[in-house]
Amino acid sequence: MIRIFFKELNGFLDSLIGYMVMGVFLVAIGLLTWVFPDTSVLDYGYADMDTLFSVGPFVLIFLIPAITMRSFAEEKKLGTLEWLLTKPVTEWSLVLGKFLASMALVTVSLLPTLIYYYSLRQLGNPIGNIDTPGIAGSYLGMILLSSVFCAVGVMGSALTANQIVSFILSAFLCLTFYTGLDTMAQLFSSGQQALWVKQMGMLYHYDAMSKGLIDTRDVVYFLSLTGVLLLGTRTILSGRSW
Amino acid sequence: MAIEVKDLTKYYGVQHALDGISFSINKGEIVGFLGPNGAGKSTTMKILTGYLAPTSGVAAVEGINVSEDPQRVKRQTGYLPEHNPLYHDMYVHEYLEFAAGICGLASGMARKRADEMVGLCGLSLEQNKKIGALSKGYRQRVGLAQALIHNPKVLILDEPTSGLDPNQLVEIRKLIKDISREKTVLFSTHILQEVEALCDRVIVINRGAIVADDLLHKLRLGKGGALLVEFGQPVSAEELQTLPGVERVESAGVNRYRIHAAPGQDIRGELTKFAARENKALLELRQEENSLEAIFSRLTQVPLTEPAS
Repeated sequence: MIRIFFKELNGFLDSLIGYMVMGVFLVAIGLLTWVFPDTSVLDYGYADMDTLFSVGPFVLIFLIPAITMRSFAEEKKLGTLEWLLTKPVTEWSLVLGKFLASMALVTVSLLPTLIYYYSLRQLGNPIGNIDTPGIAGSYLGMILLSSVFCAVGVMGSALTANQIVSFILSAFLCLTFYTGLDTMAQLFSSGQQALWVKQMGMLYHYDAMSKGLIDTRDVVYFLSLTGVLLLGTRTILSGRSW
Repeated sequence: MAIEVKDLTKYYGVQHALDGISFSINKGEIVGFLGPNGAGKSTTMKILTGYLAPTSGVAAVEGINVSEDPQRVKRQTGYLPEHNPLYHDMYVHEYLEFAAGICGLASGMARKRADEMVGLCGLSLEQNKKIGALSKGYRQRVGLAQALIHNPKVLILDEPTSGLDPNQLVEIRKLIKDISREKTVLFSTHILQEVEALCDRVIVINRGAIVADDLLHKLRLGKGGALLVEFGQPVSAEELQTLPGVERVESAGVNRYRIHAAPGQDIRGELTKFAARENKALLELRQEENSLEAIFSRLTQVPLTEPAS
């Protein structure tokens, strides 16, 4: 698994993809947080990082499928997947290696935004007047959200040999899981049913975490969703022999 | 038994790719797996390497059932897939070390084996290039190097020479021959000459069934092979016809005859004795072998049983 992980990571860093993803993510988030007046923290007047945490997931919905779209699709197209699967590596180590490599890239892209936290802390009046637990919770939420997005992306990539199909499929699924279910909940008249559907979506749990309250139920929700998606990916890979 | 296949059947949906084939290959043997495109060669190899699961039947490598313990089989098998898939943006060394790594070699060992393989497969001049920048012949060498990197006991090569130019073809064949000394090799091809250049035994498969599994020279001597003889003095066809084992005599020029023997009979001895007895000079005595193409098309021709409508 470690070999696959480093091979994937090298793949990101040897090609433009890794730098593109980090660059685009940071430029987009930076502009939205500091420059564009509609969302700028400076114009808003409150020292909080809501822009990053509310817009960030939408940027990730497009960037993560772009990272993961090649993971299996390209190997399928090249035929190297067949080669890999005839080597003494388990399907799990392939799936996990690829998933963790994408996670590592996303996490590294998120790290520079910690500077925002420092800046806002200094800008607060008095200095340090910022909701640190809320921000920490949001960061954790964002990481967990990314893990689900990466798992969706890797699964989407395992479904097809076409990277574009993989990208569109994954982005669509990410969007559905993130806000789609939340929106769908409005279709139900009964409050209970609406709540169930809402709770199946990620936005509900992500919002809860960004309040700074880290509930195990939310963490378990994200981790199990990731797990189920990775299990699905593994099943798709073994499906070749059915 | 290095490779053993028993009643192997594979359906892709309703399509029968393999129809209960059985064969076995001894340790150290090199065997050609021959058949037209779509005959089931690659399917058999994919099952042997654990990529596909058979619908029914048993495939075993080194006595281990592939379906039961694929990881152990994979550790002992080197596989060069059809079309030789490689990571084009990796360097030769990087790729070989990666291949060694996923075969479970520690990184120091992986580097050492990669160096050895570069030497063995004649990649020294190209070892610092990206795989994408290599010519097809060199890529094929990289593919072979990767299949050999963990020193497997069994090598499975799926069309190792397809798409190469004649010089590369000779080089790759030589390489396969060199490495096959201490390994069991099963390679597929649709060119009979290739089998001839590399080994003695051939398994011919057609439409999912084995149609021949024999030594190549026996196949050549099979049905249709004739003896061409030329005498210095006139000899009549009737005289030849009376010799034991002779089935049919055709005239093939002045004092030349093409003699068809009864199946399984070697009549060369009888002919020389006849010439000595009758005091005729025997100018030529040649076994006319079946042409390779003729054997191939005879074994693999699709029978025209269904009328075209």
